[in-house]
This record gives sequence, C-alpha cells and structure tokens, in this order.
Amino acid sequence: MALTLAAAEWGGEFEGTLDPITSLFEFAPLPAFEDLALFGVDLWINRTILIAWFMTLVAMTLLVAATRNPQVVPGKLQSLVEMLVDFIRGLASDIIGTKGARYVPLLTTFFVFILFMNLAKLTPFLMLPPTSRIAFPLFLALIAWGVYVGAGIKEQGFVHYFKELAFPPGVPKALYVLLTPIELLSNLVLRPFTLMLRLFANMVAGHILVVITLVAIHVFLPSFPAGSLVGVFALVAAPLVFGFELLIIGLQAYIFTMLAAVYIASSVEPAH
Amino acid sequence: MENLGNGLVFGLATLGPGIGLGILIGKAIESMARQPEAAGMVRTTMFIGIAVVEALALLGFVLAFAI
Repeated sequence: MALTLAAAEWGGEFEGTLDPITSLFEFAPLPAFEDLALFGVDLWINRTILIAWFMTLVAMTLLVAATRNPQVVPGKLQSLVEMLVDFIRGLASDIIGTKGARYVPLLTTFFVFILFMNLAKLTPFLMLPPTSRIAFPLFLALIAWGVYVGAGIKEQGFVHYFKELAFPPGVPKALYVLLTPIELLSNLVLRPFTLMLRLFANMVAGHILVVITLVAIHVFLPSFPAGSLVGVFALVAAPLVFGFELLIIGLQAYIFTMLAAVYIASSVEPAH
Repeated sequence: MENLGNGLVFGLATLGPGIGLGILIGKAIESMARQPEAAGMVRTTMFIGIAVVEALALLGFVLAFAI
C-alpha cells in the first residue's frame, strides 16, 4: 500500500527507500529554539508543542468563559461544562465511593486534557494529536501512578499498603510464591505501562489511519483513470474514518479517566 | 520481508484479543438485555474488561513497530 502510494505520488516509478513511519510524527524544532536545552535534554519547541499549547489555550478559554460569571439559569456553555463535571463526579462516586469527591478535580483535568489533546487529531490545520508522542501519555500515566500509590500509602499506611499489594489476603500460603511477583508486577509496573500504551497506541494508529485516508484521496482521485476507483473509495470512507476517530477520541479520554479512578479505588479501599 | 514480519506480529496479536472482546461484549449485552436496571454497572465493568483485554492487542501493535 505504502509503496503503491509513493509510486503514484512519484509519477509511476519509485526508487530508493521509504521514509519510516515516525516521520509522520517527528518535526524539526523552530529555528529560534534549536539550541535550547536543560541538563542535556533538548527543549525543542516544535509543531507538536505548539499544537499542545494551542489546544490547552482553547480548553482554558472555554472553561474560564463558562465558569467566570456563573448564572443561576445556566447558558449553553455553562450547562455543557456543568454536565461534564457532573459526569466525572458521577463516575468518581460510582467507582471510588464516598472518598471520590477528593479526586474529582484530578479526574476532570485528565478527561479535559486528553480530550482536547486528542481533538487536535481532527482539527483542521492541526491534524496531529500531541498524545501520539510518547511523552504526553507517559507523564499522564506517571501522574496517575503517583496519585494511586500516594492514595494507598495515605489511606492504608505505607507498610499495610505494600503488604496488601504483595500478599493479597485470602489465598493459601503456598500460592504466594507464584502470586507475589505477579501482583507486584501488575500493580506497580503493568498498570501505568498499559495506561500509557493504550492512549499512545490508539492515537498513533488513528493518526496513521487518517493520514492514509487523506493521502489516498489526494493521490488517487486526480490520477484518472488508473486509480480513481481507489480515490472514490477513500473519499467515501473519509467521513466514516473521521466519525470513527471522533468516537475513539472520546472513548480514550473516558477510558483513561475511568481506569485512573479504578486504580485509585483499589488503593483507597483495599481488596476484600 | 521485514515488513511482512511486522504485519504478521500485529495480525497474530489481534487474534486472541479479538475473540476475547467478542465474548466479553456479547456477554455484557446479554446481561444488559436481561437486566436493564443493572446496565450502568455492567457498562462500567465491561469497559474495565475491554481495557484489560485490549492491552494485549496494543502491545502487539507497538511491538510490530519496535521489532
């Protein structure tokens, strides 16, 4: 597929190697910031960062505009944001229980941040989700990890929390040989890892899908009559792909928030 | 040949989770239809299950590019 696309773009003949798929995601830094570094880590301001800043600004503007001057009878924007907060509050109280109210601000931040970062995937002129770079999901997952481990230590005490984690009660003693490494690995390593990977992989796959659909339209539709059938197919498929991606965007934000809440709940209320 | 391997890694990695997701969502719909008043709880639990099952397929997706 990729080779055919490249050949068509090239004018029928294609020689040489293809760009690796990462070239869809990696961008050069703005010229002014090429030398910017902190402790040997490059602080490049590139397209991804600019998109992230822009989407953050949009989210902040919307939230501030909705809540700065609250009315008793809410307007359209205010009722939308109230619905969102209500939704997260319901999720927190459903999953975490009575102690959930404390985590509503964090969960709302997760949801709004991920939703807006993902929405950049389908925003015209941006068309790149910053969450498809590993740093964003990585630090989101690290925050979630820190919060649920911290909540466990705070609610149950350091020793008790790790004892419950490593030696879940109600299991025959001999099984601990098997169970303890698995439990420790799954609770402390695999949870944040899959949390990160789920968001990251979904966004990467979605971005590649959108790019392939749009490039197929761009390349095949004008090449009459050789590949115009593929072009027409891509043209018909594009709205469906966009709709599907919109579903994925909302679903990933929701799943990340919900799983963070589930992990916090497992720390706040020890397993029975 | 290398690309073929990448494709195979992801393709094979989706087999198990695909079957798992089918069973999981099917059972969830079944229980929702049987007891509509428990739909909210079933849906939440279903999403947690989906998230766990899906992780395997995503691992395959990442490994396909990493290898």
